[in-house]
Amino acid sequence: MTAVLTRPTSDVAEPESPRRRATGRTVSGILIVATVVAYLVFHTTAAADAPDAAAFRFLGDVRDWVDANRDTHPVFLYGVNYLRLGVRLLVDVVRAALAGLGLAGLVAIAGAIAFVLGGWRTALLAVAGLLGFGLLGLWPESVDTLALTLTAVLLSVLIGVPLGILAARVRWVGAALRPLLDVMQILPTFAYLAPMTLLFLIGSPAAVVATLIYAVPVTIRITELGIAGVAPSAVEAATALGSTRRQLLTKVRLPMARPTLVLAVNQTIMMALSMVVVTALIDAPGLGVNILRALERVNVGAAFDAGLAIVIMAIVLDRVTTAAARRRRRDWRIAVPVLAAAAVIAVLPIPDGLPRISFAKPVNDLTSWVELHWYDSTEGLKNTISTVLLNPLENLLVTTPWWLFTLAVLGFGLLVAGWRAALIAGAAAAGLSALGLYQHSMQTLATVLVATALTMLLGIAAGVLSARHDRLAAITRPVLDAAQTMPSFVYLLPAVALFGASRFTAIVAAVIYAVPPVVRLVERGIRDVPATVVEAALSAGSTPRQLLWKVQLPMARGGLLLAANQGIVMVLAMVVVGGLVGAGALGYDVVAGFSQREDFGRGLAAGLAIVLLGVLLDRLTQGFHRAKGPS
Amino acid sequence: MTPTIAVRQLWKVFGPRPERVVGTPLADLSRAELRARTGCLAAVRDVSFEVARNEVFVVMGLSGSGKSTLVRCLTRLIEPTSGEIEIDGEAVREMSAKRLRELRRHRVAMVFQHFGLLPHRSVLDNAGYGLEIQGVGRAERRRRAAEVLELVGLTGHEQQLPEELSGGMQQRVGLARALATDPAVLLFDEPFSALDPLIRRDMQAEVRRLHAEVGKTLVFITHDLAEALTLGDRIAVLRDGELVQVGTPEELVGAPADGYVADFVRDVPRADVLTVRWIMRPAVDGEECEDTPLPSGTVIRDAVARVLRAERPIAVVDGGERVGVVDAEQLLPALLGHRRQVPA
Repeated sequence: MTAVLTRPTSDVAEPESPRRRATGRTVSGILIVATVVAYLVFHTTAAADAPDAAAFRFLGDVRDWVDANRDTHPVFLYGVNYLRLGVRLLVDVVRAALAGLGLAGLVAIAGAIAFVLGGWRTALLAVAGLLGFGLLGLWPESVDTLALTLTAVLLSVLIGVPLGILAARVRWVGAALRPLLDVMQILPTFAYLAPMTLLFLIGSPAAVVATLIYAVPVTIRITELGIAGVAPSAVEAATALGSTRRQLLTKVRLPMARPTLVLAVNQTIMMALSMVVVTALIDAPGLGVNILRALERVNVGAAFDAGLAIVIMAIVLDRVTTAAARRRRRDWRIAVPVLAAAAVIAVLPIPDGLPRISFAKPVNDLTSWVELHWYDSTEGLKNTISTVLLNPLENLLVTTPWWLFTLAVLGFGLLVAGWRAALIAGAAAAGLSALGLYQHSMQTLATVLVATALTMLLGIAAGVLSARHDRLAAITRPVLDAAQTMPSFVYLLPAVALFGASRFTAIVAAVIYAVPPVVRLVERGIRDVPATVVEAALSAGSTPRQLLWKVQLPMARGGLLLAANQGIVMVLAMVVVGGLVGAGALGYDVVAGFSQREDFGRGLAAGLAIVLLGVLLDRLTQGFHRAKGPS
Repeated sequence: MTPTIAVRQLWKVFGPRPERVVGTPLADLSRAELRARTGCLAAVRDVSFEVARNEVFVVMGLSGSGKSTLVRCLTRLIEPTSGEIEIDGEAVREMSAKRLRELRRHRVAMVFQHFGLLPHRSVLDNAGYGLEIQGVGRAERRRRAAEVLELVGLTGHEQQLPEELSGGMQQRVGLARALATDPAVLLFDEPFSALDPLIRRDMQAEVRRLHAEVGKTLVFITHDLAEALTLGDRIAVLRDGELVQVGTPEELVGAPADGYVADFVRDVPRADVLTVRWIMRPAVDGEECEDTPLPSGTVIRDAVARVLRAERPIAVVDGGERVGVVDAEQLLPALLGHRRQVPA
């Protein structure tokens, strides 16, 4: 998804001189040697994590306390519980409205809105998409998902847009929000489901709040960008004419930022949809439940229908809102009769008698065929990567004592990312052990690193190719567009279909999930190399290969590092979700925490460990990008 | 002797199906008409010229006149639509990709308006880039890069990054990079347009000095007439892709080919460019002249003092032969004539 699309990448560090670069090389050489020596001396036998660490007990106790005081403590009595009821009410109202319209009514109204916003093509897409839910026999589930998504989006916009405007206009609000949003955006979806259930119990309210937390940073960020991006000359001119602050906002800033604001809504919807599907884990109704159940039984066919419905929903919502973002004159006179006609259709009692289509059987047939005929190659690939990369790396990490790992993170962090990022990353590394989940964290980290390496390899290759061949880029661009609007859950399906349930499946899903944005960033980085430099290199007689290696790739370094940063964050999110399909480690701990009461503490701790791992990886790569990137 | 560069009937047409323009009635249309009719833009139209060895050849024109396209066609950074280009007698348009790279690597180097330096490499490595891609060893290319950096006056800046240098110094790096491969031909595409006037004058002096020291064939693109007159042995004036006039600075100022060129050179101080040849008159029979004659190549300004002080006309000689005489009467219009008449 486009979760990480709008992370700020400012703070250009001063250029480092070649001489400093040389000393840097010496220091990192010494550091590597020291780490290797320390590892050889101190490596452990990788004792499994204790099943009952202090952190787990503490978190379990917290849960027990909350459960005991849920109906008596004032924070719950007058705060959280009302919030829960309010959100529940809102969800129920939205769902009742959608369900009350019925299939025909909703199709008519959605079609009418799409027509007004985007023209007949968009309307056709919307009608076909919504009818698709009925045809797939997933109408009630789709309505549930849609209701949760719309509720969360509504709240996100209500909270996010004013905050975004404030952040853009009031310096300290922006400064205070920025680090908070940074952390919120690297949180893998899995991480905050457990705390939500602690506060809001399971079900729709917790799902909506979790989705809100996941989606609102994007709303705030893009709104801020839009408002801050309004041309100062226009504001100056309006001020010179005597506008009040309110007039400036309503007549200049908001109208001028309108396309960006619509983009903010669009991105919020995409994020929310992606998260709503995942909240099936905490008992939210909807399409996610179908996928989850099917995944638990490794029944790809059954998951496919629901996955298809989610993809359709994503595409319809994306196209309609993107169409709304396009600035063009709309004839509202057409809108009135169209909407009226839609309303009439909606009121007419039309039976929902639709033929049913299901792709479950053909997909399952295909999956078995793949299993039968490709078994050797998929198994070979799986085993090769496992033995050559994954196992040695995992073995190395789990046998490293936690303090050596922390020191190494600190040392290399200091070298590549500056002391602030190094301290944060080091603290996160130490925290993994404090949570009593060091071994599991290292297993997850190994998977993440391998998946990131594969992602970067594929992403850079594809990015370079599409930067050099315009025709290829024209073909891949819509594919990448579509890929970035898909909710993360969907990516598990092809991975499971090809590789069954295993650790490797999570790697494959993560690679599929993270490659599209990496391709994009790499391509843009290479295309952004100034034409005059390329021309100068060509006129000196560079071969295409020399051009790539000596000019384009070094100059696109900022883009490559940013791609690595975003890739690693996305890979972590997906690897953790892979806990559902046999990836084990932290992801599994989280899932187990939802299902078994006695594992709650461990699950919550695992969620925290995922957050720490995310912070660690993000700080190191982001710091590296800032310190070394834009040279 | 074969000219270093020979260009014959060169065309470059941008747009859909450009090959249909050349050699058809479409070729005779004006630029605007062609654009309206076909959507094609004729950036270079039927251009022919020759550049001799060690000559400084300046191509001058306003922006959009096709001069940058023209210079890029010479090494096929832009592929010409039709016509012939020869460098040292070898047809450039027939060259294979490999041969063309050889040409760019060893024989023709280019200096760009916006420098085109690699921001991630030190000044030394930028200057050595051309050698690096030829496969010259590290020690050797650093030695030669340091040499050319000394030549352009950048000793002491080798380890800096381009962005740490001023614009003028960055362009010196661009110059050093072009010189490092010791090419026979240097192409300059408006190299000093992005620099401020004082630096520009320094750099022009630098180019003159380098040309005197290393003696290369230079093709220099500019939109600045003063620059063209200062540097050029010969100047080609380009307008809407067509060559209007090719000649020495003197010829351009003294005998502009048409109103366009005349308009261009109107504000040039004629006394600085023209020689006494342009103002002398035939000697009247039996006329008494000063004892020491003036060579016909003397610039008017340098002759002013002597002519005004002389009591009699001064003979103008070409070699040993007297070709005419000058006196104050011829001098004054040349000194005043360039002023535009502005009503009070």
